[in-house]
Amino acid sequence: MHVPDGFLDAPTSVATGVVAAAGVGIALRKARAELDDRTAPMAGLVAAFVFAGQMINFPVGAGTSGHLLGGALAAVLVGPWTGALCISVVLLVQALFMADGGLTALGTNITLMGLVGVFVGYAVFRLTLAVLPRKVGSVPAAAGLGALVSVPAAAGVFTLLFAVGGTADVAVDRVLAAMLGWHTVIGIGEAVVTGLVVSAVVASRPDLVHGARGLARPTSLRTEPVGEVAA
Amino acid sequence: MTTRRFLLAGLLVALLLAGFGSYYASSHPDGLEYVAGETGFGDTAKDPVDTGSPFADYGTSGVDDERLSGGIAGVAGVGLTLLIGGGLFWTLRRRETRA
Repeated sequence: MHVPDGFLDAPTSVATGVVAAAGVGIALRKARAELDDRTAPMAGLVAAFVFAGQMINFPVGAGTSGHLLGGALAAVLVGPWTGALCISVVLLVQALFMADGGLTALGTNITLMGLVGVFVGYAVFRLTLAVLPRKVGSVPAAAGLGALVSVPAAAGVFTLLFAVGGTADVAVDRVLAAMLGWHTVIGIGEAVVTGLVVSAVVASRPDLVHGARGLARPTSLRTEPVGEVAA
Repeated sequence: MTTRRFLLAGLLVALLLAGFGSYYASSHPDGLEYVAGETGFGDTAKDPVDTGSPFADYGTSGVDDERLSGGIAGVAGVGLTLLIGGGLFWTLRRRETRA
């Protein structure tokens, strides 16, 4: 979904740049509460993993492809504020080093994927978790649903921006229908990848999953050698 | 699984995906690019600004082998993201107070 230079006019790009700067600014302060000696390296890994995941385009039919956006995934694993920073770092690296996503569109891309994708995904995750059984096993399914909704949400906001500041004279309803249609299909891929990755992390280290905090773990009797504390 | 082992395993998966798996990724346009072309605003896209990076378009300049060129760019991207992201998060983290 990386918006190149030229799709949106200058005022719209400046406006999304301001929104992105404000969002990242708030995230830089709020992420502190989510980050400690244990979760900071995890957050770095999540950013690197999302970069890798975004390189894996999967076909969605009719000569189109989609790839992981990673907003819901990052929010569930390391918290929404840190997640927004993870996606912003990925987008910065892509724009600066990979020529993926325009430099003048960086604010637009951070707004769409780093803010809308992350916070819509996280909100749907939290709402879903509230109605599912309160156990760690519910986390991957809730994350998948958040991921599913996050992609068409970002596509919808892009269309809104296009309606306001698109440089081409194209009927907005056609763009909206096509964007929502294709990105709902891509959202299914996003849901599957997010669900699988979250369930792998939950299975090996549930304590490192931000979205699993405070949930009952499957009880098991573990014995530890005396004098050695499990990390 | 220790935290160190978990992080190394995750990093290995990321490096394999970016360095090796990406070669097999679909090369079709993504959703936005496709919709732009289909509805008629695809040609308003401007060529990306040349930032002087050797990894533009996920290739490595000077490396002809397609698999190697994409693989190096992918590994470099993962490394850069880890460095910038990891550095940022390590700086932001709450320091544990020790007596």
